[in-house]
Amino acid sequence: MTLSDVTLIPAARQRWLTPSRAFGLCLLALLALFALLGPILIDDDPTAQNFAASLAPPGGDYLLGADHYGRGMLARLAHGARLSFGMALLTVVTAAVPGVILGLLAAWRGGFLDRVLELVATVMLALPGLLLVLILLAFAPGTFGPLYLGLALTLWIEFYRVTRAAASTVLKQPHIEAARLLGFGSAYILRSYVLPEIRPLLMTLGAFGMATAIIAISTLSAISVGLQPPTPELGAMIVELLPYYAEAPFHVLMPAVLIFLLVLGLQLAARSEMR
Amino acid sequence: MGQLLLPRLLQAGLVVLVVGVLCFVLVRALPGDAAMRIAAGRYGPDANITEAAENVRRELGLDRPLLVQLADSLGQIARFDLGRSVVTGMPITKELRIQLGATLWLAGSALVLTILIGPIVGLAAGLRTGGWADRASLGGAVVLRSLPPFVLGLLLILLFAMVLGWLPPAGYGEWRDLVLPALTLALGLAAMSSRVARDSVASVVRTPYFTFARLKGLPDAVVVRRHVLRNAAIPVIAYLALQAIYLVEGVVVVETLFGFPGIGHALVHAVIARDVPMVQGTALVMGLLFVVITAAVDLLCHWLDPRPKRT
Repeated sequence: MTLSDVTLIPAARQRWLTPSRAFGLCLLALLALFALLGPILIDDDPTAQNFAASLAPPGGDYLLGADHYGRGMLARLAHGARLSFGMALLTVVTAAVPGVILGLLAAWRGGFLDRVLELVATVMLALPGLLLVLILLAFAPGTFGPLYLGLALTLWIEFYRVTRAAASTVLKQPHIEAARLLGFGSAYILRSYVLPEIRPLLMTLGAFGMATAIIAISTLSAISVGLQPPTPELGAMIVELLPYYAEAPFHVLMPAVLIFLLVLGLQLAARSEMR
Repeated sequence: MGQLLLPRLLQAGLVVLVVGVLCFVLVRALPGDAAMRIAAGRYGPDANITEAAENVRRELGLDRPLLVQLADSLGQIARFDLGRSVVTGMPITKELRIQLGATLWLAGSALVLTILIGPIVGLAAGLRTGGWADRASLGGAVVLRSLPPFVLGLLLILLFAMVLGWLPPAGYGEWRDLVLPALTLALGLAAMSSRVARDSVASVVRTPYFTFARLKGLPDAVVVRRHVLRNAAIPVIAYLALQAIYLVEGVVVVETLFGFPGIGHALVHAVIARDVPMVQGTALVMGLLFVVITAAVDLLCHWLDPRPKRT
C-alpha cells in the first residue's frame, strides 16, 4: 500500500492527455457507467437465490450466468463494482480533505503545528497500513467501519506530506509575496495561487489512493476479514466461487477481471506516461 | 553506523507503542466485562462466577486507573511477556517462534526470487531502452501492478497446480509448497523493482564512463559486470526499503491464501477469532520484521555507496 512512486517533481511541461492516460480515463468512465447505471438498469436482486439456475452458463436467462446459489452474475458484478468504486472514493475523499487542509496549514503556519503533525505522521507510518487495518478490524470483523477508518488513516499521510512539501515551495516564490503585499488575504492566495499548482499532484495521489483502497478492500474480503457474503463484494465473490472452478471457470475469472480493469484504469489515469 | 540505525530503533519503539496501545484499547472495547470474560475463560461457566470475576479483577489489577494499566501492559511487552492465546491456551511467544520460521522462509525466498527476476529484467530493458525487452517488461509490469496479490496467487494456483499440475496448490512441508507463494510475492515485487532497475541502468548507460569503457574495447559482459551492476544497484536496493511494506502486507495475504502456517496466517485467524493477545503478538512481529528489513536495506545501501548522504 504505497503511494511512494509518485514523484514530487513535475516532469517538464508536457501534454496532459497522453495516449495511456486517455485509455485509462476511458476505461474508468466505462466502469463508472457500469457501476452507476448497472444496479439501476439491471432489474435483478444481487442476493436473490434461484437454485434452478445454479452455475448457469453465460447467455440464456442470465446474461453472464449465475453463481452457485443461482444469483445473477451480471447484477452481482454491477453491485460489486458500485461497492468498490463507492467505498474507494469515500475513503480517498475522507483521507484527502484533512490531509490537504492540514498540509496547507503546516506549510503556511509552520512551527509547533507542523512538528506535531509530522510526529503523528511518523507514528502512523511506523506500521504497514494493512497491519493497522487488520488490528482495527479485530474491533468489529466483517464491517466496513474499521476498514474505512484504517484505510483513511494510512492514506491521509501521503496527501498531507505532498501538500505540505508542494505548498511550501510555492509559498516561497516572489509572486506570492507580491500578492501578499498587494493586500490579498490568505484564503485568496491559497485558493488562487497554491491550489492550482498542487491540483495535478493531488489527482495523481487520489487515483493511486483509490487503487490502493480497491485492492485492500477486495483482498481483506477475500481472506474473510473484510466484508462478508452475501454482500456482492468482488474479492469475496472470487473466493466464494473458487470451489466451483472446474464447472464454471469463467465465473471465477469475471470478478477478478473487473478488479484488474478498475485498478488498471486508475493506474493509467494517474500517470501522464506509462512507466 | 549508529546514526544510520537510530531512526530504525525509534521506529521499532513506535511499532511496539502503536500495537500495544491499540490492543489495550481493543481489550477494553470488546463487549462485556473484561474480568468476567477472563474468569469465564479460566473456570468455565460456574455458579460462583461473580466471585471469581472479582478475584480476577483484583489479581490482574483491572480496577486500577486505565493509564496505570496501560503502562503495565506496555511494560509486559517490553519484558517479552505476551501472555497466552485465548484460543489454544499456549504461550504466545512459543507459537510465534514456530510461525516465524515459516514466515522467514517465505519472505526470504520471495526476496531472493525477486532479486533474481527484477534486476535481470530491468537490465535487459535498460541496456536498450525502447527495444522489445523494454516494451514487454513495461507491459508486464503494468499488468502485474494492477493485480491484487491474492488474485495473482489464485491465477498462479490455477495455472501451475490445476492446469499444469506441476506444483501443489497449498500446504506446508517440502520446498515445492514454498514455490507458488514465494513466486506470487516475488512477481509483485519485481513488477515494481524491474522498472526502477531499468531507469537506473538506462541512466548509467548515458554516462561518459560507460561510453569510455566500451570505446576502449571492453567486451559488453565485462562493461556490465564492472561498471553497470554496482552503480545501477544502488537505487534498486534503496527501493527495496519502500517495497518492504508490500512484502510484509503481501506475506499476510499470501500466507492466508495458500494456507501457509506463518505469522500472517496466524494474524488473520486471530482477528477472526478476536484472540487479542495473539493479534498483539503477531502484529508486533510483523511490524518489527518490517523495521528489520528496512534497517538491513539501509545497511546494504551504506555498504554499496559509502559516500555520505547530503540531506
